[in-house]
Amino acid sequence: MTWLRRGGWLLALLVVAAPGWWYFGHAGTPETSVAQRDADVAALHDPALVARGAYLATVGDCAACHTARNGQRYAGGRSLATPFGGVPAPNITPDPATGIGQWSFDDFWRALHQGKGHEGELLYPVFSYTSFTKVTRDDALAIFAYLKSLPAVQQPDTELGLSFPYSVRSSLVAWRALYFTPGVFQPDPARSAEWNRGAYLVQGLGHCNECHSTRNSLGGIKQDRYLTGGQIPALNWYAPDLSTQPGGGLAGWRAQDIVDLLKTGQSAKSVAFGPMADVVRNSTQHLTEADLQAVANYLQALPPPAPAPPGAASLQRAARAEHGGKLYAQRCADCHGGDGNGVAGVYPPLNGNTSVTEPTGINAIRSILLGGFAPATAGNPKPYSMPPFAPQLSDADVAAVVSYIRQSWSNQASAVQPAEVGRYRDTPVD
Amino acid sequence: MQQRVIACTSCHGVHGEGSPDSVAIPRLAGKPAGYLLQQLQYFQTGQRHHAPMEYVVSQLSPAYLRDIADYFAKQDVPYRKRPVPTVSAEITRRGEQLVLRGDSTRGVPSCVSCHGSKLTGVEPMMPGLMGLSYAYLNTQLVSWRTRTRAAEGPYCMGVVANRMRESDITAVSAWLASHEPPADMHPEPASAQTEPMPGWCVMGTSRAAQ
Repeated sequence: MTWLRRGGWLLALLVVAAPGWWYFGHAGTPETSVAQRDADVAALHDPALVARGAYLATVGDCAACHTARNGQRYAGGRSLATPFGGVPAPNITPDPATGIGQWSFDDFWRALHQGKGHEGELLYPVFSYTSFTKVTRDDALAIFAYLKSLPAVQQPDTELGLSFPYSVRSSLVAWRALYFTPGVFQPDPARSAEWNRGAYLVQGLGHCNECHSTRNSLGGIKQDRYLTGGQIPALNWYAPDLSTQPGGGLAGWRAQDIVDLLKTGQSAKSVAFGPMADVVRNSTQHLTEADLQAVANYLQALPPPAPAPPGAASLQRAARAEHGGKLYAQRCADCHGGDGNGVAGVYPPLNGNTSVTEPTGINAIRSILLGGFAPATAGNPKPYSMPPFAPQLSDADVAAVVSYIRQSWSNQASAVQPAEVGRYRDTPVD
Repeated sequence: MQQRVIACTSCHGVHGEGSPDSVAIPRLAGKPAGYLLQQLQYFQTGQRHHAPMEYVVSQLSPAYLRDIADYFAKQDVPYRKRPVPTVSAEITRRGEQLVLRGDSTRGVPSCVSCHGSKLTGVEPMMPGLMGLSYAYLNTQLVSWRTRTRAAEGPYCMGVVANRMRESDITAVSAWLASHEPPADMHPEPASAQTEPMPGWCVMGTSRAAQ
C-alpha cells in the first residue's frame, strides 16, 4: 500500500516539522495604510497595466486551470486531478462572494509569492507557487489589475477531493519545508539580458518545471531534476527533458525549432500533443517574438542531462521487430516515411524525435491510440492530423509498432509491453 | 483538406460515408453543415459525450471546425446498406406511426414534421435520419432521453425522447434503419420547413419545459 507508506511518512514529517508551524503559519504581512490602499485601487484601473497583466496571465496560462470546460474564463469551477485527489481551482474573477473581489493586492501577492490563501491558509501546491514565487511584484500587480478588470462571475469552487492526511492543510508545513523556497527571480549579471528574460519566464510564470520534471511520491520536485523531464502525475503523459545538448530531450533543436513549436504547435523536430497542445494553444502561441526567443535562448543554455544508465533496451527486440515493422509499413509509413523522417512542416519525424524515445514510451503509445490534431494556432490554423488507432490495433499491435519506432533508424529506446498499452487505453477528456 | 482530416476519416470513411465495420460510427457526408458544426462544438465543450470525439476536436479553432463541417457537408457519396434489425409487425406499425404521424396522445410529433418529408434533413441545422444504423439511432435517442446528448435550445429532441416509451425508441429506430433511403439524399432547403415548431420547442426556453 504505497499511499499508506506515503501517508505515514508524511505524518512523521509533520511531527518533526511542527515547530516550523509557528513561523510559517503566523508570519504576518506588512500593514498597508488606508490612503495607500485607495491609491493602489485607483492605479489598478490603468489600461496599460491591465493590458500588461492580460499578457502575463496568458504567459502564466492561468485560464487553463482556473476555467471549467465550457465555463467562463477565470471563474474556476474545475477540479484538478492529482494522485492525492481532486483540488479545486478557485474562481479568480472579482466576484466578492465566490471570487477575489475582497482580495487586496497584498493578499494576491501572498498567494502567488508565498502560497497562502486569503485567510493565510496554506495552499496546495497544485497551484504552482513553487514557480510563481519567482514572479516580480510589478508583474504580479499587473496580473492582479487584469483579474480585477474581468467581469465578476458568481461561481463557488468545487469541493476539496483530497483524502486523509492530505486533506489536512497543516500537512503542507512539512511539504513546504522540503520543496518550497520563496523568492523572486534574481537575474544573473554574468548572463545576457535575453537569457535572464528566458530564465524568468521559464522558471516563473511559465512554470515549465511543474510538468517537465520528476515528482516523488509526495509530489515534490528535487532541484537537481530541474527541467530534466518526467511523467506528469494523473495526466500520464511524459513531459520531456528540455536540454538541447547531446543526450538531452531536445537534442539537436535549434532556437528556431523551439520558437516554432511554442508559436505554431509544430516544428521541424516535433509536434505538440497531449497537455502541451493545450499549453501552446492557450498560452505560448500568444507570446511575443522577443519572449519566445528569450525562452529558446535560455533552454539552449541548459546543461546536458546526466547520462541514463544503460538499460535492457533491446530485450524482446527480435520477437516483435518483424510484426512491428510490418504494421509500420502498412499504417504509418505513408505519412511518417519509411525512413521515419516525416514530411517537413506536415508530419513530424519519428526518427530522432525524443517524444518517441522518451524513457517511458507513454507518449508514443497514447499518440497512436488517440490520434488527433496538432493544435490549431494563428501560425498553423489548419493542422494535419493522425488517425486514432485505438479501435483498429490490439495492445500487442501497438506494443509492436511502438517498440519498432523506438528502436529503428537512429532511435535506441526500450521496447514496450502490451500490458503497458492496455494501461493507457483510456481517453483523457478535460 | 481530405489529407488534413485523416483523424476524422479513419473512422467515418474517406468521404464521411460512415464506417463499414462499426454500426456506431455515423455517416457525416451530406449532413447540413450547421448541424455538423454544432455537433463538433458540442463535443469540444462537453455538451455531447463520446470521449474519442471529444479528444480529437479538443485543440481546434472555431474557424477550423467550420471548415471541417463544410467539408463533410459537401461530400456526396452513395449510401451504404446497413444491417436491418428483425422486429415484429406490431413494432414496425408503431414505428411507422411515430415516424410519419406521431402520437398526439403522448404529445410526440412525427419525425417528418421536423426532419423533412423524406427524412433527409432540412438546411441548415436539421439532420437527416435515413441511412443510419439501428444501433446509432437507438443510442442517440437514449442519450437525448438521459440528457447525455444536449442542445443549447431548442431542446426539442430531449423533450420528445422523454415523451416516448422505451419500446417507442426501439420501434422508431428499427423503422428508420429498415426504411430504404430515397435516391436523392440531400437535405431539403430551409424553405421546406413549413410546419411551425411546437410551442414548447422555442429557442432558449425548451430546456426548462421538460
